Amino acid sequence: MKPLLLARYTATSCIGHGSEATFEAVKHQQCGLAPCQFETVRLDTSIGEVPRVEDERLPRSLQNFDCRNNRLAQAGLRQDGFHEAVWESVARWGRRRIGVFLGTSTSGILQTELAYRHRDPATGELPESFHYAETQNSFAVAEFVRRALHLEGPAVVVCSACSSSAKVFGSARRMIEADLIDAAVVGGVDSLCLTTLYGFHALQLTSRNPCRPFDVAREGISISEAAAFALLERMPDSLDADAITLLGVGESSDAYHMSSPQPEGLGARSAMHAALRAADLQAEQIDYINLHGTGTQSNDSAESCAVAAVFGMQVPASSTKGATGHALGAAGALEAVICALALKHGLMPGGVNTTQLDPELQIRYLLKNQPARISRVLSNSFGFGGTNCSLVFGRAG
Amino acid sequence: MSALSAYIEGIGLLGPGFADWPEGSRLLRNPAEYVARPTVLPAPDALPPAERRRTGRVVKLALAAGIQATKMAQADPVGLAAVFTSSGGDGQNCHEICETLTLADRQLSPTRFHNSVHNAAAGYWGIATGAVAPCNALCAYDASFAAGLLEAITQVSIDGARVLLVAYDMQYPEPLNSKRRISEAFGLGLVLAPRASATAIAQIAVSLADASPERMQHPAFESLRASIPAARALPLLEKLARAEAGEVAIDYLDGRSIAVAVR
Repeated sequence: MKPLLLARYTATSCIGHGSEATFEAVKHQQCGLAPCQFETVRLDTSIGEVPRVEDERLPRSLQNFDCRNNRLAQAGLRQDGFHEAVWESVARWGRRRIGVFLGTSTSGILQTELAYRHRDPATGELPESFHYAETQNSFAVAEFVRRALHLEGPAVVVCSACSSSAKVFGSARRMIEADLIDAAVVGGVDSLCLTTLYGFHALQLTSRNPCRPFDVAREGISISEAAAFALLERMPDSLDADAITLLGVGESSDAYHMSSPQPEGLGARSAMHAALRAADLQAEQIDYINLHGTGTQSNDSAESCAVAAVFGMQVPASSTKGATGHALGAAGALEAVICALALKHGLMPGGVNTTQLDPELQIRYLLKNQPARISRVLSNSFGFGGTNCSLVFGRAG
Repeated sequence: MSALSAYIEGIGLLGPGFADWPEGSRLLRNPAEYVARPTVLPAPDALPPAERRRTGRVVKLALAAGIQATKMAQADPVGLAAVFTSSGGDGQNCHEICETLTLADRQLSPTRFHNSVHNAAAGYWGIATGAVAPCNALCAYDASFAAGLLEAITQVSIDGARVLLVAYDMQYPEPLNSKRRISEAFGLGLVLAPRASATAIAQIAVSLADASPERMQHPAFESLRASIPAARALPLLEKLARAEAGEVAIDYLDGRSIAVAVR
């Protein structure tokens, strides 16, 4: 594929608002997870809640969009001069030539969960104040972001569970190559809700303690939330040395099971191969792998098989979910931004919380941060329904 | 901006009063014969029995549309990329989860939870057919069909992939139905290929357009088009049913459209 420039990127998660805070947390191997005290949820699990989301106020003209997910989107967009970067693109190409491609798994479903507590006792109706299209519908977050950024180009939400906001890079890439647009806002926004907290609990996949990916004592995921965005553009004639580029996107399907990965990671393997092919790179040219690494028994085991098959034991790898938790539909974009920061600052993040690596897992897993000049990294995102996506990012110089 | 193009090799169609493309295309040619009847959904025979029991109606709808389209195209689903697009996914399942979460114990069923993902139909498609190629799951509210067609046709034109597009929608139960009215179950499958072949029935070219979306002449079909996001495809299906060349404007975002030229 033709490489694309990440002209701007930003992330807001439980480890920090914006790139600087995010990188500071990564640099100090901080963990953003804490015992769950979200809403009325009473579950013995750790989660990654973004501070101050409830304090966000949407503009009056967008009041119908008011819900936790769109507040989180707004908090995320405010960081790292993202608005300003989009305005520059608008000035260059026009608002109809900039697309919006976002991933989410649950959008504003929390708003619906709350509305169901306030049904009319006589008729069963939902309250007047509930706005389906602007909150619950999966597209709500993309429409909100379009309006917040005053964009009028093509838009879509990818809603493929935990691969959603990795796959948006692929959809945006095709639209740019097709010359339907000149730039794209890509990203992911997913926020805490009862459906995912009680749902993953029902599947016995939530961890009591902060998650410990690839640890011998790992016991599941820590659900979290995040908003992460990138502005994708065609490559300019010249680049700063620390400019970050998207080099490859690879996608595949497991065709195996709704909520368990194929045990040998066959689907994951073919997504990684496809991403390397798209980037025209050999496995040994990758310096670091940001693993999907959820901390469940089955994910980490299948992913280590897949990584071993593609990369052997050579390439350093880690999951940053020990720090950020699993932001589900926003995980792909969040980890894309962490990869960009790793490339920019020359730091391979060590996995947080993991103390004793599972000896069964054949992988060169980093427990400590490792400063290094890295040029190319690969990031994995896999999801329910057997959906896989791998991204390759590079540093210009 | 050059138009993106693809060859249509297969069509699957289920809706209120038509069970497949042969029946649907006959009615689109002879709208006077159309009688609205509740959409009939076949059992998802392609799934293993254990999985079959777990699927809701919306998954049956999407799988049936996909299977009809791939059969007509004589395409092996294993190697087909797929794009599933839906405005609301499984509304019944969503309703049941929201009700359960109002109860004191909030005991969700694990199956209900994994069926709640918007890509449930896409996931079951893989399990049913063994398709390991890339598969996308999209939503663009009322523009979901057009957004799905844009995603599919860029995969065809830019990546040279042969792609199955499935657009499907189904009504919500109350109380969500009062907040989001989708009149009936409607599913559409299109197999799109980059090159002409013996099974190709038409060539389409797609571009972004400023025109307002086109309406259906016949009131019953117009009512379907306007009340089901997946049925926004009907003006295109009418052209294909009549084997007519020409351009149609399909509902997209902000009151604008995508232009689909049929050759």
